[in-house]
Amino acid sequence: MSEAPEVKKPVGKKRIELDDRLKAYKGIWVFIEHERGKIHPVSLELLGEGRKLADNLGVELAGVVMGVPNDTTRSFCNEAFFHGADLCYLMEDELLTDYRNEPFTKGLTDLVNKYQPEIMLLGATTLGRDLAGSVATTLKTGLTADCTELNVDVEARSLLATRPTFGGSLLCTIQTLNYRPQMATVRPRVMPMPDKDSSRTGRIIEDKLGMFEKDIITKVLEFIPDAMQDKPQLPFADIIVSGGRGMKKPENFKLIWDLAEVLGAEVGATRPVVQAGWVDLERQVGQSGKTVRPKLYIAVGISGAIQHRVGMDASDVIIAINSDPNAPIFDFAHYGIVGNAMTILPALTEAFKAHLATARKAG
Amino acid sequence: MHIVVCIKQVPDSAQIRVHPVTNTIMRQGVPAIVNPYDLFALEEALRLKDEYGARVTVLTMGPPMAEAALRKAISYGADDAVLVTDRAFAGSDTLATSCALASAITQIHKDMPIDLVFTGKQTIDGDTAQVGPGIAKRLNMQLLTYVTKVRSVDLEKHEVVVERRSEGGVQLLNTSTPSLITVLEGTNEMRFATMANMFRASRYPVKVWNREQAGIEDVTTVGLKGSPTVVSKVFAPTPRAVKAEIIQCESNDPKDLSVTLLAKVFAKYPKLEKEISKHA
Repeated sequence: MSEAPEVKKPVGKKRIELDDRLKAYKGIWVFIEHERGKIHPVSLELLGEGRKLADNLGVELAGVVMGVPNDTTRSFCNEAFFHGADLCYLMEDELLTDYRNEPFTKGLTDLVNKYQPEIMLLGATTLGRDLAGSVATTLKTGLTADCTELNVDVEARSLLATRPTFGGSLLCTIQTLNYRPQMATVRPRVMPMPDKDSSRTGRIIEDKLGMFEKDIITKVLEFIPDAMQDKPQLPFADIIVSGGRGMKKPENFKLIWDLAEVLGAEVGATRPVVQAGWVDLERQVGQSGKTVRPKLYIAVGISGAIQHRVGMDASDVIIAINSDPNAPIFDFAHYGIVGNAMTILPALTEAFKAHLATARKAG
Repeated sequence: MHIVVCIKQVPDSAQIRVHPVTNTIMRQGVPAIVNPYDLFALEEALRLKDEYGARVTVLTMGPPMAEAALRKAISYGADDAVLVTDRAFAGSDTLATSCALASAITQIHKDMPIDLVFTGKQTIDGDTAQVGPGIAKRLNMQLLTYVTKVRSVDLEKHEVVVERRSEGGVQLLNTSTPSLITVLEGTNEMRFATMANMFRASRYPVKVWNREQAGIEDVTTVGLKGSPTVVSKVFAPTPRAVKAEIIQCESNDPKDLSVTLLAKVFAKYPKLEKEISKHA
């Protein structure tokens, strides 16, 4: 949740007694995910969050960079320092070219066993979930998926990982008991991007993977990159117009597309609408879809279930249109219109069109 | 070929309601369904059965009522079904669940060697996507997550070629069996149950295994004792201090409402107006 986390102090705490050998686990790690020469933004977002947790616990924040031996891989360490890391663990090996479960699981597991972090965070991407699930099982430790909020109980040195539960109808806080490290994944765009400080530096600790290609059973035969134009970029869109079940019929979704076109916006949708096949899966906003942080989010015919809310309530301005004046969406939207979406949407589209035309003339 | 498909019975999350006062889940009347993501895994297994010939065993862990999910899978064309159920499993998190399922798969393997294990991408009630990878690691199987297509299986060479969705594209991967595949939604469309299979499902004697029968000797590896994580609090999100400003006007005409809305929004957020002009 984006608003005022300090108000929610009384988090249910569990008394946790740590074994002595686990007390040696110190520091917070963020796995730095990258592909084709670029860091995944979620890793930088996690560094921002990890910095806060590290400061609260009074420990260091480390980035973990694994990749092929070259300058680009090394430059990711600097990127990590610029975004809050104190140090980086760097593992360079030709075998770490494309993501494969086996070498990455071994490499990261070895690093954890050797350097013993108390908390490890990964992005909840396809790579991060694949890797986190594998490493947590190998280490036999706790892992909490898709967290929307992270905190620490400083006294118990316990990670308080909050995530939606029961299919997104409530939130729960999960703690890891007498196990280390405490692992969590967080989806892209859930945490804000930290400011970049290019004056920051840090130290690099290098380690070896110690594997041979013949040890790795799975082979990458080919990589087929996505064509950029056919994938909507919802997580980074500035304006989103979303529709829910209140749109009644798939044909009515045209009204959403019309408004989106006038605004130069992306189109989003709720889970039921996507499951009904009205809209492409890539456009699903919410717990099991994308998390977005646009400057303007227009929610039409969306009741505002937690499932959906956790994916969009970090939006700067939320406008909701719903026929039910008691819909939960009005509890967290900024502006609301109570009424029939099918008559209001065309009027709103026209109003935006007229307003933009006037603004253009004036400006 | 022997394929095991792990499925889960889940409450239909679209129908879950939270009690407005007590903030507890109102479970009554919420229908239990087969986790929708698992149906893609089952269908993919059934397609391999059609193409190469295979025995498909469905496996679930849950309360006795989860048997219904297994019967559903039989009605679609699965051959065998195993329900792993024991009070000792109560309170299992993903690590403990993967332990119980991995052990049950080992028992199934003794009966007939397994080539592939399929799971859905994740469940709709837990949404973790952690149990599939957990089972693979415990059984030391190759793990292939987010698979969109099984391209080919070479039974003699014990090899399988799959398409796997990754962040920026699709990986074409070759690996050897036995391996565990988690199937992405939209990969296929579940077939209709045939009349013959529906009859078979209604009469099929589901194998029901308790902890010992599932091969789990150490009680501390499952249930609450085998779970590193614990839910310390369940709560509803705090409402915003200020609720939405509901736009009203005398005429209540959509046009007037829209114009009033824009005037208010842009008066308070002048930057937003520029932002929109930039995009439009």
